Amino acid sequence: MKKVPLESRRQFLQYTALSGAFAGFSLPALSAQSDIDYRDILPESMTQAGAGFSNYGQPSPYENKIIRWISANPDTPGNGVSWSPLHELQGTITPNGLHFERHHNGVPDIDPATHTLLIDGLVDTPLSFTVEALKRYPQQSRICFIECGGNSNSSWRSRPVETAAGYTHGLVSNAEWTGVPVKYLLQEAGIKNNAKWAVAEAADGASLNVSIPLEKLLDDAILALYQNGERLRPENGYPLRLVLPGWEGIVNVKWLRQLRLTEVPVMSRDETAQYTDLMPDGTARQFSFEMATKSLITSPSHGMTLPDNPGVYQLTGLAWSGQGKISRVEVSADGGQSWVDAELQQPVLSKAFTRFSLPWQWQGQYAVLQSRATDETGYVQPSRDELFAKRGSHGFFHFNAIISWEVSEDGFIYHVYPD
Amino acid sequence: MFTRISLTMVLLSLLPALAAQPLYQPLGQPASDLSDKPEWNLTISPDGQGLPAGSGTASQGKHIFEQHCAACHGFGAIGGSAMPLVGEVGSLASEYPEKTVNSYWPFATTLFDYIRRSMPPSAPFSLNSNEIYALCAYILSQDGIIEADVELNAVTLPQVTMPNRNGFSATYPQ
Repeated sequence: MKKVPLESRRQFLQYTALSGAFAGFSLPALSAQSDIDYRDILPESMTQAGAGFSNYGQPSPYENKIIRWISANPDTPGNGVSWSPLHELQGTITPNGLHFERHHNGVPDIDPATHTLLIDGLVDTPLSFTVEALKRYPQQSRICFIECGGNSNSSWRSRPVETAAGYTHGLVSNAEWTGVPVKYLLQEAGIKNNAKWAVAEAADGASLNVSIPLEKLLDDAILALYQNGERLRPENGYPLRLVLPGWEGIVNVKWLRQLRLTEVPVMSRDETAQYTDLMPDGTARQFSFEMATKSLITSPSHGMTLPDNPGVYQLTGLAWSGQGKISRVEVSADGGQSWVDAELQQPVLSKAFTRFSLPWQWQGQYAVLQSRATDETGYVQPSRDELFAKRGSHGFFHFNAIISWEVSEDGFIYHVYPD
Repeated sequence: MFTRISLTMVLLSLLPALAAQPLYQPLGQPASDLSDKPEWNLTISPDGQGLPAGSGTASQGKHIFEQHCAACHGFGAIGGSAMPLVGEVGSLASEYPEKTVNSYWPFATTLFDYIRRSMPPSAPFSLNSNEIYALCAYILSQDGIIEADVELNAVTLPQVTMPNRNGFSATYPQ
């Protein structure tokens, strides 16, 4: 079959008669038999007692292949990532056990009873806080995404990586984070006039340290104690972490032990050598905190197949922006020649995952599926060509270009660069 | 009637104040004593603030590197499973840029800071200050950023000018 580009919304949405594809059904005649042994005709689960209660629920064993994909250096197994299986998930909240991970030297084991948070530097009174004390402050909740600055980094390569959507673009997750507004604690210590930054340090095996603008900490930063209603998972910073809505993962410091207020950034390794963006002229962008507007079709996506031809498929995916709310997501089935608005799941929250969906009727044609997000500032997610024109081809962090899935005429799906 | 109305008005007038000023008990403990302790002063600034006493040279550093670092970073600080640390100075604007310590990092003080807090990953904080100064000297001397016989210490390390010192532009604030 030759390539047939879809031309209109009508064609995208039209539900033509699929003769034979969806056969009707008829009710069986009622049995005249008076004494039925229902055990013979009902599912086994209805004819016996089920399993007992559990202290902490686990996913169904039938879902045991829905996992984070681990990628680490065997010489330093604590330095690497695990990717969230976004292609297997629905809705907008990432389950705690599937939230992506990025550790620089493993997950520390921290007893909250011995953990101290110190706020010092350019403050009137250096203060220390116990975890129990922090739990007594007003708790604020915020649903937001956290995305590693290095998410989608393989998309900077010259050839597309053939891996499931979440395992190339899933260093991003979305959760409800609850904890203490950081500004309460900074105000309690008393901020000196010349303080402009805070050096955040973690209590992990990397003693990770980064400089954070004070302005952000006084704006919407949360010292999170809870993740989706329960205490933080160890791999997400237990007993406490910073959550800086919309900003790259590295500054959402996990296992936080210290905030030292300073006048200038300290030029730590993770704000100079890493998480900086090399530009075509050989200079690098530094402190590029905000994660740009991005979207991804999670289903259908790489590795899936379309079983029915013709058939109707529910295109769905996620959009997010560090700049605020997603205002629009468009979907294309012809590699960006024509676009149709997708439906956005409500409510749309600022700096949080927004689920989009659109039914698509496939009739066996070659297709290239893409999504393109626009945020409330009017910023439109760029094509890969547009991103490369601006940033060059030597980037590693902050990839936010349109992602393309090729649907072959036999219904297989591949990751492609359509340009 | 009058009383009820005025009570309502009092409550309403309190609401905005309550919303703007949440009520909580300050629970931070004064901690000036902690602030002075070495375990709360790990970060080293480009001006050298936070650097400890001690010193080291490249020749001392070579032995320490081969013992503690080469397994991952390769002999000569290049070619292992970990990132290459040396070489490629001047490559950043080329077709094949390589971001090594010597080609990319803007400050030498960051090298001391990072080695002490993170390296080797199997035993952070196991190297003493002399050893870390020596490792810095070894790495930096590989590309001639310092002469082979220079002794690095709390005074000389912040004086090192990295080749990519002016290669960064801050995108914050916009």
